[in-house]
Formats: sequence, structure tokens, C-alpha cells
Amino acid sequence: MSLLVLQDVGKEFGAIRALSHVNLTIKPGEVVGLMGDNGAGKSTLVKIIAGNFPPSHGRILFENQEVHFTKPVDARSVGIEVVYQDLALADNLTAAANVFLGRELKRRVGPFSFLDHAAMNQRTADLFRELKSETRPDDVVRAMSGGQRQAVAIARTRLAKAKIILMDEPTAAISVRQVAEVLDLIRRLRDAGIAVILISHRMPDVFSVCERVIVMRRGTKVADKPIGGSSPEEVTALITGAKEAA
Amino acid sequence: MSELSPATGSETSGFSNVGRTRWWRRGFFASQTAYVAAALIAIMIVMSFLSSAFLSPGNLANVAKNFSFVGIVTLGVTLVIVTGGIDLSVGSTMALSAIICAIVMRTVSGTAFDSVPIAGMLVSLGAGLGVALLIGLANGLLIARIGLSPFVTTLGMLSIVRGLAYAVTEGRGQAPTGPDIDLFYGITDGNIAGVPVAIIYLLVLAIIIGIALHHTAFGRHVFALGGNEKAAALTGIAVERVKIAVYVLSALSAGFAGILMVGWLGSAPANLATGYELTIIAAAVIGGANLNGGIGGPAGAVIGALLIEVIRNGLVLAGINAYWQIVLVGAIIILAVLVDRLRTLRMAS
Repeated sequence: MSLLVLQDVGKEFGAIRALSHVNLTIKPGEVVGLMGDNGAGKSTLVKIIAGNFPPSHGRILFENQEVHFTKPVDARSVGIEVVYQDLALADNLTAAANVFLGRELKRRVGPFSFLDHAAMNQRTADLFRELKSETRPDDVVRAMSGGQRQAVAIARTRLAKAKIILMDEPTAAISVRQVAEVLDLIRRLRDAGIAVILISHRMPDVFSVCERVIVMRRGTKVADKPIGGSSPEEVTALITGAKEAA
Repeated sequence: MSELSPATGSETSGFSNVGRTRWWRRGFFASQTAYVAAALIAIMIVMSFLSSAFLSPGNLANVAKNFSFVGIVTLGVTLVIVTGGIDLSVGSTMALSAIICAIVMRTVSGTAFDSVPIAGMLVSLGAGLGVALLIGLANGLLIARIGLSPFVTTLGMLSIVRGLAYAVTEGRGQAPTGPDIDLFYGITDGNIAGVPVAIIYLLVLAIIIGIALHHTAFGRHVFALGGNEKAAALTGIAVERVKIAVYVLSALSAGFAGILMVGWLGSAPANLATGYELTIIAAAVIGGANLNGGIGGPAGAVIGALLIEVIRNGLVLAGINAYWQIVLVGAIIILAVLVDRLRTLRMAS
């Protein structure tokens, strides 16, 4: 069974063709690297899957049902979550507050409902343990490392019972040590049966965690092959256009 | 971050870079509010030695009453500041609410309202707070819906509302009258067990706002807006509604304090609370609210307002020219943020 299928998806912005005839399939628990140069159509593709805007042509199937997303909430409601590059966290709040932001657990006391701090901290601690991250629920995000912030952002998606997570350059602005942490987090998600689309410029990251690599160039998919059957050299050639397709 | 203690290792990464900050560098103890509170206590101790009049019951009651009006509005403005906004229209709102309350009370007295006990007073209180609600709603809608800058919007509103206060009264003070006037003075300017009611209102409101900020989803969203508005919107928080709510609450706190001032003064002059917005914002900032948003709370609002009043009172007792008080309040604002800046620099290094 496939989780997400894109059939002949294309997108035009006025006279500009950002994406044409893209077909791809993602299976549950699969980690797929999405690579390509700036302007290759990666972001457009991600935004279509995340529901930021609908495609101009083609169909999207999620769990074999055709879906039509017009806003991010539509995509989120079926189980598609995005971890944004800037992570979209509130620095002044704790990890638990961020994980539960907008879906706080509450306790009713008469006509009022109050935050259930203990339950939220507990659940957040469980999520971090699952992700094997050394992040404490009651620590403020401002004081956290890049890797810990990623853990908070990922814990958010876990709470939402995501089935597929799109990660936009999660390792772009963090230290080497933290990169290892984030790649570990991605492996945990895979082990939990969650599919990950890793958008990255970093060849070593893609080759260490992904099972498959998809390469985009000038709005089309030029390669989609198992990581074992490819090499960083080949992918570089595909990205730059030195090699037409594979 | 310094002061890291090693956490137990994780089997996956085999390294540990997560430590616990010491208790006195976390939470309340590390906040600007805490050291401003310490400074306040120190100043009060010094003043009680310098002036025997400072701790006299009469002077304390005076200080308590004076700072309560500013403190109540500071609570409301602090909510706005925590979301990353600002409300400059509160001084004018205090005046217009006070004036409308006094005018309505005078107008309905002698009509059919007199036959129902306290009806006239309830209508006039409702009218005063209703005006404040409309002002807050106008601020909130312009800022949240249309996306105007909070500074410019509320600056315009400051002028509009102050102008209305003069236009409605033609510059004459409005005295409240009516069958319920004694009750009105009782609930606005009375004492309960020797404590002025204004300070009781302030403390009760501070506790309610403290609970709302830290223990309800609304409060959490107020902080989230100030921390990262884009993130708040992405998580599905009703950003517009929260913003409108804080401007309405800010205006309501101003209206309420304005009505209390009518009871205190026995009249609502058109120039009531002129320039108070600066003292109020100063009190919020001194108490630790960050004008960039995301940080602040009712304890800081109360402590900030009290600190300004204690210093003002101290200068009066010391016989220092009133004009210098204004200079000093400005200096304290800069000092408070300066100390906070130095402290964060030290903690970051």
C-alpha cells in the first residue's frame, strides 16, 4: 500500500511553469531524500503536499483517497505535517508549551478550564523519550541547542499522529554534533512507521538516512532511485544537469 | 549558558550537552521582576529610615491609592505588551470612561431609573465601561484585522479619545450625582477594614490575570503571540481573536481605573489622567515586561507601578521639586532595561 501518491502533478504561476508532470509514491515508514538546486521545484512540490496551494494539474492520493488541499490545515488533518526550516517555535515558551501549542490539554474546574501542566509535561517527556532526545519538557526553547529545537518541532508532529513528515533543511544551520542528533530523530520516526521526506542540500545526510533519493531539476523529476543504486557523484551530476536523467 | 551539570548519557548519541541551570538563574528569580522587587524593598527600607512619615498609616494609604489606579491599567497594558503590541490610548480612555460615567449618572438621576435601587449607578458604570470596550474593540480590529501598527493606531486613538473628552464636556469637569452617589463613592473610594478598595481591586485583578496568563490556553496564546506570531498562526491559534481580546482588556482596565478616579476626585475633568500612558508603560517595562513581546506578567505590573509611586512619594517627603520626579521616572526606566540588558549579556557569555 502506498501512503502518498502524486500523479502527473504540475504547477504554473502565471506564465512560469514551476513543476511539470511529477509522479511519485511514498510508502509508510519510508525515508526519502528530496534534492535539487535552488529553483528546481522542491519547495513548490513540498508546498503542494503540505496544502499551501493546490496543483494546477494532476492528482494527489493519500491512503488511496484523492485529496484536495487548499490550506495547510487540510493536509494536517489527514496526517501530513511539516517541520519548517525556522521550526516555528515560540522561543519564550517551554518545550512542552510548544509541543502542545494550539492544542493544550485542559482540566475543567466548574465553568473554567485550566491548563493541565502535569499531563502536558508528562506526555512531552514520553515523546522525547521515544525520540531518545535529551530534552526536558519544562526547559525554555530560547536556551536550547539547534538539535533540541528540532526535537521539539518533531515531537509536535508526533503528537499530531502524523503519518508523513516533510522536513525542510533540518540540518542546514546546526553543528556537526547536532546533525547526528537530528538524523537519529529521523531514524526513530522511520522505526515508528512514519514516512519522512527530507529536503536537503547535504549529500552525507541524505545518504546516511534515506532509502531512496528523488532529484528535481527545472521543475521535473529527473531521478527516483534506491540510495544503494546511486552515489553522491551521480546525484550531484543529476542536480547540476551534467547527467540528464537516471 | 554556563553552570551546566552533566545529565545522564543517552545510549544513542553517547554525549551530553543538556544541563540544568541553577534555580536562581531560572524562572522568577532570574527575571527582571525579581530584582526590581528587591530594589523596591531596599528603597522602602532606606526611606523608612530617612523619613519617619514614610511608614505612617496615612502616607501608606496615600501611596496605596495613588499607585492602584496606575497599577490596574498597567495590568491591562502588560497583556498588550506581552503580545508584542503597545497601547498608548489608555490615559485618554481613563478620562472618557470617567466622564461618560459621571454624565450618565447625572442624566439618569431624576428619571424613572430612580425608582429601581442602584439602577442608575449600574447604567452609568455600564456606560463608562462600554465606552472603554468600544475603544478597545476599535484598537483591536484596526491592529489585528487590518494589520495597522499598534503604536500608530493607539497614538491616533489617544488623540481621538482625548479630543472627544474635551468635546463632550466642553472642557468642564463632570461631577457624578444621583440617588446612589454615596454607594458610588463607597465602591470606588471606600475602605474595607481600613484598606482602600482600589488596592483590593488591583490585587484581585492581578491574581485573576496571573491565573489567566499562566493557567489557561488564552494566556498561553498571549505569550505565544509575543514569542513568535508566525508560529502561533501556523499552530492554528486564533491570532486575531487573541489580539482583539488583549486590546479590549487593556481599554477595560483603563475605563475601570478612570471610574475609580472619579470616586477619588469627586469629579471627572477632561484632562483626567493626561500623560498617564507613559507612567503606565514605564511601570510595565520597569516591572519586567519586554516591549519586544513574550515576557511580562501581573507581578511585574504591580511592582513596577508601586516602585514609581514609592519613589515619587519619597521625593515629595524629601521636599524635592515635583518637576524632578518626571526626570527621575525616565531615568529609572532606562536603568531598569539597562540592568536587564547587562544581566542577559552576562548570562549569554
